[in-house]
Amino acid sequence: MGNPIVASPLRSSTEPPRPGDDQSRRPGDGEVWHSGDGEPPGPGGAEPAILVRGLHKRYGDVHAVQGLDLEVRRGECYGLLGPNGAGKTTTVEVLEGLTRADDGEVRVLGMTWGQQGKALRRRLGIQLQETRFTEKVRVDETLRLFRSFYPSGPSVEELLDHVQLQEKRRSYVRDLSGGQRQRLSVACALAGNPELLFLDEPTTGLDPQSRRALWEIVESFREAGGTILLTTHFMDEAERLADRVGIMDRGRILEEGSPAELIRGLGGAHVIEFEPSNPVPEEELASLPGVQMVRSRGDTRLLTCRELHRTLPALVTRMAERGGELTSLHTHRATLDDVFLARTGRQLRDD
Amino acid sequence: MTDLRSLMQLTLIRVRVMLREPEIIFWVFAFPILLAVGIGLAFADPTPEQAEVAVVDGPDAPAQTLALEARDDLRVRILTEGEAVDALRRGEVAAVVRSRGAAANATSSVEIQVDPARAEGRTARILVDQALQEGAGAPRPVTVSVREVEQRGQRYIDWLIPGIIGFNLMSTGLWGVGFYITQSRQNRQLKRLVATPMPRGHFLLAQILARFFFLIVEVPVLVLLAWWLFDVQLEGSVVALTVVVFLGAACFSGLGLLVCSRVRTTEAVSGLINVLVMPMVVLSGVFFSPSRFPDSVQPLVALLPLTALNDALRHVYNDGLPLYQAGTELAILAAWTVIPFVVALRIFRWQ
Repeated sequence: MGNPIVASPLRSSTEPPRPGDDQSRRPGDGEVWHSGDGEPPGPGGAEPAILVRGLHKRYGDVHAVQGLDLEVRRGECYGLLGPNGAGKTTTVEVLEGLTRADDGEVRVLGMTWGQQGKALRRRLGIQLQETRFTEKVRVDETLRLFRSFYPSGPSVEELLDHVQLQEKRRSYVRDLSGGQRQRLSVACALAGNPELLFLDEPTTGLDPQSRRALWEIVESFREAGGTILLTTHFMDEAERLADRVGIMDRGRILEEGSPAELIRGLGGAHVIEFEPSNPVPEEELASLPGVQMVRSRGDTRLLTCRELHRTLPALVTRMAERGGELTSLHTHRATLDDVFLARTGRQLRDD
Repeated sequence: MTDLRSLMQLTLIRVRVMLREPEIIFWVFAFPILLAVGIGLAFADPTPEQAEVAVVDGPDAPAQTLALEARDDLRVRILTEGEAVDALRRGEVAAVVRSRGAAANATSSVEIQVDPARAEGRTARILVDQALQEGAGAPRPVTVSVREVEQRGQRYIDWLIPGIIGFNLMSTGLWGVGFYITQSRQNRQLKRLVATPMPRGHFLLAQILARFFFLIVEVPVLVLLAWWLFDVQLEGSVVALTVVVFLGAACFSGLGLLVCSRVRTTEAVSGLINVLVMPMVVLSGVFFSPSRFPDSVQPLVALLPLTALNDALRHVYNDGLPLYQAGTELAILAAWTVIPFVVALRIFRWQ
């Protein structure tokens, strides 16, 4: 965290690449800094990349954003994680200067929309949730167009190279796969060599391989010192890409921290999920050895525990003593999904 | 405005999209040519028009027919009373000739029945009257000779071709600009563009520049085809025609911008364009002269952009007048160019 911020992510790197090791680049416990604490601890005391206080936005009767506070430090990847309709896109579009806030303070890279809008646009890279490029325009033509809007930035060749679309350069946009379109969309966002990159649900609707390809592009931008604000409803995406995650629901950020910290907040690293044939009182389950938290979802019970080898045998024994049956039993490592469930009683995604 | 790269790229993209859409090529190039050829073939027939006359069958019919057929501008057929009246009603004949009473003298008392609302009825009445008087040996106290107009530049087709050019400039301007922009707004391409530092005026200006690019092909093709097929000559200078054509194209592109500046759907913009196009096709002298409309609406008709454009085109094309003699028309066109463009820029909806 001590490196100076360098504002040319595609050309220079402030940190050595650490392939495959996601945890190592996350800040440790003591470094986690929550918004609303006052002065940002960013390196060199620079203003945060994004500063939002008391943001409100209504669409008719829908109160999409309800007093949101947010602070994104320079050089970090911040993930807004929440289900559809949580207000993520509205928040991001206010930050991008595409939607006017009803109330609240918004500063992006230390500037405000309004008079400074034009200068600000040059420093941002924006990927909208649903970008449809003109179908009968070629990939390189599209990039040349977007590149022409910025005073400086990588060449079209470098952009093609960066998002691995060299072989598709002469293809019409309509002939690209979903993953290729999304990479083109990110390449357009990178055309001005931005300091801050907005990615709104970048991998929704993509197959696993395309998602990984896109993640690698995002990671290389982040590793080169760029700041990212990402929205997603995939907990695996947030866990992999984000240094800090804000769990968002109904227009507010409910909880914030590094993925590891949020999961630790549940009190255990493992979740046991089972369905008993006879109902078991939650208090009885809470008394089992090593159980940190008990939650219910319909007939299913979820136990959060620190050590599976202690809690699981005890659970099985208890069920045998009660004479009931276990109709299902799964365990998994605790995820951000569990954090969301613990906070809202609902899951991030319904499928 | 120092950096015109974005203007160039935006124009290029627009031109490419048009070139790659076969239906646009049809409406811009093929349709006006087909229209000109079709109407030209219907009205360019140089053989003089013959008036069809019916003679009601009876004892006097052969003698009347003989007298009428002495004129080569009358074509006569003998029909029964019922058939003759039907033919007149259907417009198959311009006049019905019948004997009154049962006089022995073939030409003593004859009735000519015509529809006074039809021009050819009035003509036929005069021709029939004259033919019957001459057939009966009436004296001709004054010798009259007739010289028929066969000069180039004074036929209907000569008058029509500039009108077709004007019509084409109007429809391609309104449709090419209005429809494309609405489509871009509907599928959120405009939103993606305004998320970049693109100068917004460049986007709108590029639409007009792209129209100019197409003029360079579209108008010469029409001019050459009219010359080749119908011997229609450009009486004025090419420079004067070019100036009028470019001003006309700019005018209707600007109007196209205004029409689509707030519309959200392509259906809505289609309706609006038709509302503009239809009255002007009728009022502004594309297919027939607006002088037929009552005097009270003439000032209004003269202020329509298509009237100004058609009049200016005909000044140059048919009359071979220098541009300054079409000053009023050019001023009206210029006003219709600048005002809609400025208003469109102010009220334009980008998302």
